Amino acid sequence: MENKKKLVVAVTGLNNTDNPGPGIPVIRALRESSDLEVKVVGLVYETLEPGIYLRDLVDKVYMMPYPSEGSEAVLDRLSYIHHREHIDLLIPNFDAELYTFIKSEKVLHEMGIRTFLPTLEQLEERHKGNLDAFGKKYDLLVPKSMPLLYENDIRKIEEDFEYPVMVKGKFYDAYIAYNEEQVLSHFNKISAKWGLPVIVQEFIRGTEVNVVALGDGQGNTIGAVPMRKQYITDKGKAWGGITLDNPDMLELTHRIIRATRWRGGMELELMRTDDDKYYILEINPRIPAWVYLAVGAGQNLPEALVKLAMGMEVKPFTSYETGKIFVRYSWDMIIDMKDFEKISTKGEI
Amino acid sequence: MKIRKNIAVSDTGFVFDPSTGESFTVNETGQEILNLLKEGKSYDEIATAITTRYDIDRSGFEKYYQDFIEMLNHYHLIDYEG
Repeated sequence: MENKKKLVVAVTGLNNTDNPGPGIPVIRALRESSDLEVKVVGLVYETLEPGIYLRDLVDKVYMMPYPSEGSEAVLDRLSYIHHREHIDLLIPNFDAELYTFIKSEKVLHEMGIRTFLPTLEQLEERHKGNLDAFGKKYDLLVPKSMPLLYENDIRKIEEDFEYPVMVKGKFYDAYIAYNEEQVLSHFNKISAKWGLPVIVQEFIRGTEVNVVALGDGQGNTIGAVPMRKQYITDKGKAWGGITLDNPDMLELTHRIIRATRWRGGMELELMRTDDDKYYILEINPRIPAWVYLAVGAGQNLPEALVKLAMGMEVKPFTSYETGKIFVRYSWDMIIDMKDFEKISTKGEI
Repeated sequence: MKIRKNIAVSDTGFVFDPSTGESFTVNETGQEILNLLKEGKSYDEIATAITTRYDIDRSGFEKYYQDFIEMLNHYHLIDYEG
C-alpha cells in the first residue's frame, strides 16, 4: 500500500445528470486503483454539476471557461489551477473540449501537465462528417452520410438517401427524421446548439451495441469491453447495460485501433444488423460514461490510461467477465448553500 | 440441430446469450427440451422423453415443439452447423 504512486489528476465531465459525463465513473475507477493514490481536481463548467458536491470522490473543484471562449482563456485558467494544485495529468471527458486540449498538448506538457489523447488527425478523421472517408480508408462498414451546411442542402438528401435518415449534431444529439420537414426542424435545433455542419446519416436497422476501448498509440489495444444497452433513456443514453462475449466486436475494435494507432480512450457505437454485420455509427474519442461497467467486469481502463500517460508499464487486459450488468440510478444530494455560494462566487471549492 | 454452444441455461430456466446480451426465461418443459437439445439429442429422442414424462401424445407434442424451435430460431439460439 505504501508503494502507491501519488498523482494529481484533473478530470472534466462531472455532470452526472440524465445525460451523464464520464468524469465521475472515471474518478471511481481511479479511486479503486491498487497502484495509484490519486488526488482528484474536478474541472467544471456549471455550478450545478453534481460531481462538485461529491466530496468523497472529488478533492478540489474549479470552474473553467467554456472551450468556446478560446484556448487562451482555458489555458490561463488551467495555469492558475496548476500553480495551486500541481496537476500531473488531465483527463478531458467532453468531445467539445478535446480539440482545445489536443491543440494545447505541447503547452500543457511544458507546464508539466500530461495528457493521453488522440492526435488531431485521429480526432478529425473519425469525425461524424468524415465517417464515409474513414470507412473507405480502413475498409470498414459505415452508414452513408452527408454534411448539411445550409438549409438548402436538405433538398439534396433524397437524391442519395431513403427516408428515414438520422440527423446528428457534430458533437452530440441524434434524431430520426422521416421527411424533409422533420430534417429541417432537427437541423435548426441541432445547428443552434452545436453549430455546423449537421450530419445526415443512413438509417441502419438493427441492435445498437457499444465497445469501450483503450489504445496505446502504437496500434495495440490495451483493453476492450463490448456492451449492449439494456435500458435507454429518451436521450438515447444507457441507463443499464450488459457486457457481451462477442469476438466479432472485439476483432473489429482491435482492427480499428491497429489501423489508426489510436491513442487514448474510445467508444465505438455499432449497429448489428440481422445478418450479423457491424456498422460503425460513431467513434467517440474519449472514455464513455458507462466505463465503470468495464471496471466492474475486470478492466480498469481509466487506471490503465493514467499509467500509460505517466509512462508506467501497462500489460494489455486479456479477459473480462461476460454478463456483468450496470444499472444507473439518480440520488438526491442535499447541498449546503455555503458550498453553492463558494463555487458560484469564488469559482472553486 | 443444437443450441448454440455459448448459450447458458440455468436450472431456474434463465437463458442467456452472451454474444448479444439477450436473456429469456423458459418454463420447466422448455428447459428440459433446451437441455436435451444441448446434449445433441434427436427429435425422436426428445419426443420420446417428453411424451413419456408428460400427458401429451406425439402429434400434439410435435406442434408445440415446432413452435418452440421457431422461437429459438427467431432469437438466433440454434446452431445448425454444430
